Amino acid sequence: MTTTVHERQQPDSARYPAQADFGGHGNVTSESGSWRAVEDRSPASRTGIWVGLAAITMTFAAFTSAMVVRQGSSTDWRHFALPSVLYLNTAILLTSSVTLELARQRVRWLARGLQPRCAIPLLWLYVTLGLGWLFVVGQYAAWLKLRSEGLYLATSPSSSFFYLFTAIHAIHVLGGLAGLMVVVWRFSRPVPTLRLSTVSTVSYYWHFMDLLWVYLLFLLWTRI
Amino acid sequence: MHDKSAHAARHRVPPTGFIRKYIFSTDHKVIGEQYYGLALAAVFIGMVLSWIMRIHLAWPAAAIPGMQLLFKNGAPGGVLTPEYYLQLMTMHGTIMVFFVLTTAPLAGFGNYFLPIQVGAEDMPFPRLNMLSFWVTFGAFLVAIAAFFVPQGPPLSGWTAYAPLSALGEVAGPGQGTGQVLWAVSIAIFCVGQLLGTLNFISATLDMRCQGMGLMRLPLTVWAWFITACISLTAFAVLMPACILLVLDHVAGTSFFVPSNLVVNDQLQPHAGGSTLLWQHLFWFFGHPEVYIAIVPAMGIVSHVLITNMRRPLLSHKAIIYSMVAIAFLSYMVYGHHMFVSGMNPYSSIAFSLPTLAITIPSTIMVLIWIGSLYGSKLRINTASLFALGFISMFVSGGITGFFLAQPSLDIMLHATYFVVGHFHLVMAVAALFGIFAGTYFWFPKVTGRMMNETLGKVHFWFTFVGAYCIFMPFHYLGMAGNVRRYQAFVDDFMAPLMPVHKFITIAALITGAAQLIFLYNLIHSRFWGELAPQNPWEGTSLEWSIPSPPPFDNFAGKLPVVYHDPYQYDIEGATNDYVMQDSPASINSVRGEK
Repeated sequence: MTTTVHERQQPDSARYPAQADFGGHGNVTSESGSWRAVEDRSPASRTGIWVGLAAITMTFAAFTSAMVVRQGSSTDWRHFALPSVLYLNTAILLTSSVTLELARQRVRWLARGLQPRCAIPLLWLYVTLGLGWLFVVGQYAAWLKLRSEGLYLATSPSSSFFYLFTAIHAIHVLGGLAGLMVVVWRFSRPVPTLRLSTVSTVSYYWHFMDLLWVYLLFLLWTRI
Repeated sequence: MHDKSAHAARHRVPPTGFIRKYIFSTDHKVIGEQYYGLALAAVFIGMVLSWIMRIHLAWPAAAIPGMQLLFKNGAPGGVLTPEYYLQLMTMHGTIMVFFVLTTAPLAGFGNYFLPIQVGAEDMPFPRLNMLSFWVTFGAFLVAIAAFFVPQGPPLSGWTAYAPLSALGEVAGPGQGTGQVLWAVSIAIFCVGQLLGTLNFISATLDMRCQGMGLMRLPLTVWAWFITACISLTAFAVLMPACILLVLDHVAGTSFFVPSNLVVNDQLQPHAGGSTLLWQHLFWFFGHPEVYIAIVPAMGIVSHVLITNMRRPLLSHKAIIYSMVAIAFLSYMVYGHHMFVSGMNPYSSIAFSLPTLAITIPSTIMVLIWIGSLYGSKLRINTASLFALGFISMFVSGGITGFFLAQPSLDIMLHATYFVVGHFHLVMAVAALFGIFAGTYFWFPKVTGRMMNETLGKVHFWFTFVGAYCIFMPFHYLGMAGNVRRYQAFVDDFMAPLMPVHKFITIAALITGAAQLIFLYNLIHSRFWGELAPQNPWEGTSLEWSIPSPPPFDNFAGKLPVVYHDPYQYDIEGATNDYVMQDSPASINSVRGEK
């Protein structure tokens, strides 16, 4: 195999665009109290959140298949009516997604310098947080309702899976709430240190919790 | 569009203080070393367990000194009870598969070298990376804790089949607390691994330096990336399975325990569960898991061989596509572990065909390695010897897979030593050889010192010959009907096989002792080894372009620019016979590569 070595060559950067920057570099800076931001594409955190959502999807897929097999493997499946508070919780969660999008939009406006006041995005973030906590409380209320009917974790396989799905989803929602609280905290500091990528990541996660809940509600509604 | 001042302001500062530098470090290199250290500790524990098992198998009535200290009831006077043998066997499998084979090749080497080989300063999420190690370490502690609870560790095997694993204490010693600790440990381990995959996948896709296109990545990065993708979906299924198992134990649910089960004259309170459900969930994880164990070793071996052959493989792309094909097919074959489980026999065809199909990409890879070796002047050093040994072990172990893939043959061979020989050779020993090859190859980069070559070669030959002496006879035993997971062989057809077992035990003890040579070499060379040049093997990938050991941020603040494909060897007109990836010199290659 014959090869020759030539002079220095230029990197063909058109073919290989630079992706060198350490993901999520800071883009909210403050000089003398005002703050200014630049677009932060931060692909690493976007890939990361999709990877995380894929893992969560697989987890719930495994639980779903366990439920389907368990239902078919024996005749002891006891159907029961879903507590009606679940539907209210669904509405609360969907609304929280809307408010989160409103908050995110306003953070982006602020980053572009279009809206001078900080307060409004913060308000929508607090509303989202509040609705999120309300959802978790509502889920707990659903469990209390089932308890009052004598349906506990081990009472029947249907109640087992009801508690399992709602509890695991609620744990993930609590994780999402933690992320939202990080966003609020970083935004509320005297010098905001919030990155747009953080807001995007938390939003993707939160909307996914929403979609996941809709799927779970459908699953429980058809099978429980 | 970057705010330079903001970027400079975020420039990473090296940590100070012992704790931040060596214990709770976010540096991917330290994390990689921590994983490797964990795997090293785990492999010695797993190996000692195997010695105890082998001694008991060869001499069932023998008293093993000290055993009664660990578990009074399990080993009165040092003689293992049958149940305790099974308990040790369970932990041997669990510790080896999870804490050695899943940890060292992927999390150990991958964490250290993937960011360097893609040209990044660190993984994209360093704190999550640190969390992933400590979560894995926590899982390890929980698993070891199972040895110290009153009834000992579980005895249901690393596969923990239901209903044995789901019934609780009534099913045997260790099936209560021990099994719950096992399931909790594995669930925690899953979380740790999932956190790791986040970093691997994001790093490969988004953190590549300028000029590092996907096809310019070394094969090790491809292997780690593909393994991380498998890992993502596989561990995300094992975790639910373990959660359901724990609930069956502590919450009185019946996911896995069927009705009307009488154990020890007691009717069990569970009802309606499906034992087969556990097997489906477990093996949906379990088969991709074996590829998680072996694919990184394939990448390491490719990398080591290319560097030592001084020429690239016959086809770089075929290796990549084969690894992708293996990853894809790995999800379709899991039922080959369940041919005799009572599933619909037609499903056996559905699983057997992909199992036979998955041998195709594996064979392609082996043929490419062997074909590339033909006519090359392979430099013989310990790393390349272990790489060759990997091919040997992978082929030997893989060939028996063809037989096990066929349900008609598997009916005879399932749960015999044939299977045990198969998976030990193709997965355990082969992956271990990959780990050894990687260790000898990259030790100079990590520590700045060379390992002792003579000791390395002695270690190789003892391990290579010893592993064959141990595991080849397993196939003969299996075909003769020797059942696995038995603690003694007293039946008519198995008693005559005892001399073979004694031979295996002696071989195991000698081979195990030879590993002390490796341990000595590792520790001695770390402190007193000959100082290593920056590029002792004359490699082309980015890890050889930085000092040994690498600086805190890998490239000393100046990220590399990559101009070439990863394996530019055999180049005429170059100062040496190779061109490094970040060398600005341009090459006109007859093969049309740049």
